[in-house]
Amino acid sequence: MAERSPDALTREPIEVGHLTSGLAGAADGAIATFVGVVRDNQDGRAVQRLEYEAHEPMAEAQVAQLVSNATRRWGLSAVRLRHRLGSIGIGEVSVFIGVASPHRAEALEACRWLIDTLKAEVPIFKKEYYVDGGTSWVEEGTGDAGPG
Amino acid sequence: MRVTVLLFARPRDVVGASRLEVDLPDGATAGDAFEALVRRAPGLADMKSRIRCAVEGEYSNWQAPLRDGSELALIPPTAGG
Repeated sequence: MAERSPDALTREPIEVGHLTSGLAGAADGAIATFVGVVRDNQDGRAVQRLEYEAHEPMAEAQVAQLVSNATRRWGLSAVRLRHRLGSIGIGEVSVFIGVASPHRAEALEACRWLIDTLKAEVPIFKKEYYVDGGTSWVEEGTGDAGPG
Repeated sequence: MRVTVLLFARPRDVVGASRLEVDLPDGATAGDAFEALVRRAPGLADMKSRIRCAVEGEYSNWQAPLRDGSELALIPPTAGG
């Protein structure tokens, strides 16, 4: 299998401040970040928590590939990406993407591309647990299926 | 030959296992392995159009040939983020 990003997946809380600090070097003019958080509703149904799982070795390899592609395409200085696995509650961070580059346009575009491509391609799966006791695997299909 | 099938999310719930060893005739494809799983868990059949297959950790297609010891993963719609 291809090179992996061994720290891309975590079962610990994601510390946004910690991941953002030190991301930019002296020659960088921009850090763009995307932070995904768990929302308390989906299609009008009250959500209690989410559970994420992954094909972990494949996801780590895919993330490494995405980071490498984005770095090359936009000339990025640094990329940090973490996705949470396991059970996570409302308001908690599910994913962090941070990108540093000399100028803002590249950082913003790359950040958007990374989250959209992660959602569509990286084998991470999400189960919603509702306040009413029901559960559902989220199967929005591939591509950017909408908010969140 | 014998291949390992990895299952996640809803397909895993339907089959009732996250990892299975499946015996197949030589020359079998990823699609043949899927059909073997459908015989165990008929509920999988309806999901095929939404499942991508990955062989040895790389996205592939149902025509991909397997060999003894291959690892086939069934990847349902991804939902990271």
